[in-house]
Amino acid sequence: MAKKTNGGSGLVERPQSANDDIGEEMRLRLYRSQYTLRQAEQRAHDLFLQNMVKGTSHLSLGQEAVAAGFGEAMKPGDLSFCTYRGHAHTLARGVAVEKVLGELMARDNGLMRGKGGSMHLTSVEHGVMGSYAIIGAHLPIACGAAWRAQYKGSKDVAVCFFGDGTTNIGAFHEALNFAVIWKLPVVFVCENNLYMEYTPIADVTAVARPAADRASAYGLEPIVIDGNDADVVYRTAQKALAKARAGEGPSLIECLTYRHSGHSRADPAKYRPPGELEKWKERDPIKIYRERMAQFGIEPDAIGAIEAEVQKVVDDATEVCKAAPPPSIDVLTTDVYADGGWAWRN
Amino acid sequence: MDVLMPQLGETVSEGKVTTWFKSVGDKVQPGDNLFEIETDKVSMEIQATEAGILSDIRVPVGAVAPVGAVVAIIGGSVAAAPASPAPATSAALPGPPGKPAPPSRTAPTPPKPAPAPAAALAIDPYFEVRTPAKNYGTARTAAGMMTTPLARRLAGEAGIDIAKVKGSGPRGRIVAADIKAAAPPPAAAALASGPTSAEVKALYKDVPFDEVPLDGMRKTIARRLQQAAQTIPHFYIADDVAVGALTRLREELNAAAWQGKDGKPAYKFSLNDFIIKAWAAALQAVPAANAVWAEDRILRFSRSDVAVAVALEGGLITPLIRDAGAKSLRAVSVEMRDLATRARDRKLLPHEYQGGASAISNLGMYGVREFSAIINPPHATILAVGGVRRQMVEQADGTGAFASLMTVTLSCDHRVVDGALGAELLTAFKAIVENPVRLLV
Amino acid sequence: MAELTYRDAVIRGLAQEMTRDPDVVMIGEDIGKAGGVFKATVGLFDQFGPLRVRDTPISEQAILGAAMGAAMTGLKPIAEIMFSDFFAVCFDYIANEFPKSRYMTNGQVKVPLVVRTGNGGSARFGAQHSQSVENWCMMIPGLKVVAPSSPVDVIGLLAASVRDPDPVIFLEHKGLYPTKGEVPDGEIVDTLGTAKIVRAGTDATIVALALMVPRALEAAEKLQTEDGINCEVIDVRSLVPLDTQTILGSVARTGRLFTVEENPRLCGWGAEIVSIAADESFYDLDGPPVRITTPHIPLPASDVLEDLAIPNAARIADRVKRALQG
Repeated sequence: MAKKTNGGSGLVERPQSANDDIGEEMRLRLYRSQYTLRQAEQRAHDLFLQNMVKGTSHLSLGQEAVAAGFGEAMKPGDLSFCTYRGHAHTLARGVAVEKVLGELMARDNGLMRGKGGSMHLTSVEHGVMGSYAIIGAHLPIACGAAWRAQYKGSKDVAVCFFGDGTTNIGAFHEALNFAVIWKLPVVFVCENNLYMEYTPIADVTAVARPAADRASAYGLEPIVIDGNDADVVYRTAQKALAKARAGEGPSLIECLTYRHSGHSRADPAKYRPPGELEKWKERDPIKIYRERMAQFGIEPDAIGAIEAEVQKVVDDATEVCKAAPPPSIDVLTTDVYADGGWAWRN
Repeated sequence: MDVLMPQLGETVSEGKVTTWFKSVGDKVQPGDNLFEIETDKVSMEIQATEAGILSDIRVPVGAVAPVGAVVAIIGGSVAAAPASPAPATSAALPGPPGKPAPPSRTAPTPPKPAPAPAAALAIDPYFEVRTPAKNYGTARTAAGMMTTPLARRLAGEAGIDIAKVKGSGPRGRIVAADIKAAAPPPAAAALASGPTSAEVKALYKDVPFDEVPLDGMRKTIARRLQQAAQTIPHFYIADDVAVGALTRLREELNAAAWQGKDGKPAYKFSLNDFIIKAWAAALQAVPAANAVWAEDRILRFSRSDVAVAVALEGGLITPLIRDAGAKSLRAVSVEMRDLATRARDRKLLPHEYQGGASAISNLGMYGVREFSAIINPPHATILAVGGVRRQMVEQADGTGAFASLMTVTLSCDHRVVDGALGAELLTAFKAIVENPVRLLV
Repeated sequence: MAELTYRDAVIRGLAQEMTRDPDVVMIGEDIGKAGGVFKATVGLFDQFGPLRVRDTPISEQAILGAAMGAAMTGLKPIAEIMFSDFFAVCFDYIANEFPKSRYMTNGQVKVPLVVRTGNGGSARFGAQHSQSVENWCMMIPGLKVVAPSSPVDVIGLLAASVRDPDPVIFLEHKGLYPTKGEVPDGEIVDTLGTAKIVRAGTDATIVALALMVPRALEAAEKLQTEDGINCEVIDVRSLVPLDTQTILGSVARTGRLFTVEENPRLCGWGAEIVSIAADESFYDLDGPPVRITTPHIPLPASDVLEDLAIPNAARIADRVKRALQG
């Protein structure tokens, strides 16, 4: 753990803000980001209960600090590769809530006009190069994007988010090896939320730290951080991004965190031992960060203003999406091929 | 607001309420557990998404409700949002794919139409093949013979009765080769292939034009007359016929017509009626020319069935006056009028325009002096009739006098009618027309 | 004009495209320093360097994944999967990622890449190194599928594939690598989605792909000399896009359709062509369409057995003759 963050200890030093490496402006940004992710996903959950979100959706309530920390550390031009649990990572790059909710609600105003759905959120203009629903598929893809940066001499970094379950699939290992042998500018971010779908990751993994304990096999430094502390994530992200940008190769970061909700919308998460969720809710990243801001003397009014603004953004987005029509039927057969259509024969 | 039965997975259609954590009248906050449901897949607590008072529980413990049904109502928080008594499954939901968007209160900007996928390709994405427009019938003939699809199409296009074709394919199947053998000689087919439409269009690429699709009649005319022109050895004989006597007879007869019940003259002969009648009589007089070519033989007829070309919008047809020689002038006239009317309405039946040994094509009404016509197979002759003109003619005494003349041109199929026979036929016609009272006997 | 092997045509095609466009890069096992297991990339490593001709570990998922990542961010990668049978270990990219990304993202993500692979039998490699997997690829919306049969087509279609904005599966036939053909000098670029009539005929249409093309041509010559049957032979060349007009146009002239497929029978590409013809060419057909395929078996390693399994000229000729005369 990079910093004493346990609110229970009560003895956190309060440094001068001038000496603070993060600063008030960035803290407010990190908070705004986390709060937006929380509110938008909570809204997605509510809309699901109202039958306005169909299909499946995978929430990362409780894991906001990872997406927010990286989202703020990444520069324009850096590329995000996300998983099917990718709402937060997409929003954290600045994609509008309305576009994400619209896609979840299968409306014409969605990011992909309803053609991709919750598991495939993509916004190339924001550097969100896709959300991948086949476990592990995007790790090699992130390597390829980094290869391009390396070959073209551009300074962008590919950041690839995945869960603890991904560490047991072959593509994870193929990609790590690739990234190391080619010294690619890529950052692999494992969000260890303790469960692969419905099964505790510890029950199905040979090592205690599913990502970090594999790092040495590829000559990488084992890094485990508190994934619920946005400051920690932000600092770690900055370091890894700088290393990649300097041509010093990839990093593998394991962020310890916890999923408040079930695996997917249909999962009540009954497999969790009693008290576990409550214990982790004490370590809720939003709660931690509110305390952090208080420690650094950030005015409650500034926080309240952010919360009100975010709430309004989410409420407005909800109304826009509810009023939006379903996709125009002509998109059914568009963009199968580069000519814009679907034709496979003459 | 309405609290709905959520869909816990696409394959789940209903849920059973197993517990209520709140009672009617309780205050609820977003995130509070309201009730627990059990489906065939999972059991799950459902939380409130809005603050308010739980004002109604619609689905009690132990009851099953379909996905989307109103399970409970939370009131008080939003005064202006009355709870709906009806299941709130669809009101705010988008319609199923393929249906137009539900009317929207905020009138969102309509999405731009997507680019037409591969515009050059006229294939329905829901079908992806271009099925033939025409059906050429079943594989098995009435006699139980099997036919290939190509054989059926070729037979259909050539007007060949497939029941009369003998099959040479596997297990006696009628194949394309059998139809080709039953059809006109392949030389004709080879000759028939002219430049393609693309080639023709290329010639006129700098000239504006309209494309007129071929209807069935145009295709039939093209095919039959091309075949006739290419396969029938035509020759032509022309002569002038004096029609002064005929014209006078026509005027006298028409003037003598009594009034029918409708107050109109009982008959009114046209010049053409006389020509039909005269041509029928000529064919009677020269029976060797009243014949058709039948590939390996000639068929001769004793009665005169005369076909008469009738121009239609976009084509022509040749209805047949059967046994015109035996019919009175009035009967021929009435029948011709009826056939022409129905021909223009495209209401003729096949037996009314098929058959006969000769035809008449009269362009006299257009002021044409003379022309030659293509024989309408299997006829052996066709008589092309020009317009009546006044012309100075040398008289027997060497003086000149104006006479009414009409030029007729006889096209003959040399396989049936040789030159002398053709001349004999034309002479017989001329004799009758110039002495028209013979038509009355 | 020069005589070139199919293998050397691959090298020339790759060099032509890499010289033309610096964004064209290659990735695969043994393609660099070793020059490829089939020697179809010899010299390219020296010519274009290790960053453009990247040797990889045995990591088929990483090869295709990296090609995709490079493609969607601006390069034009050519990935090699040594044997097409190995598609099975990286099929996620072929079936899920390459072809669906453009659609799922409503056109945002573009995946302009080529996967080259050694396809097909006749090399006695047995059931896991000899398959013809063109039908595995043909069934996936969003992919293009190309399989040349001659050196000149290798160059022209490879160039067209590299320049195509969609993901293209480029199937090189292992049995054709040593075969030779005349190739014009200079740049060669062909068009995807165009079939080629490689022999004109009047009595039957034989549609073939890759190694089956020379075998169909041999069968056609045999039928001509021995039985007076004059067959038209069509090289499909591109299964997606599929040039149905050339095929159906030929059927309209001949009245008979035969497909010669190296893939095992069930759901082979010929089934799709026959299905289209059964509908659109119905009244042009003067007899049932006939599919000549490898039996529905794994391929054996034994030369005797493999030769029995894969369609050859004698079997093609026999099937055509029996269908026309039987």
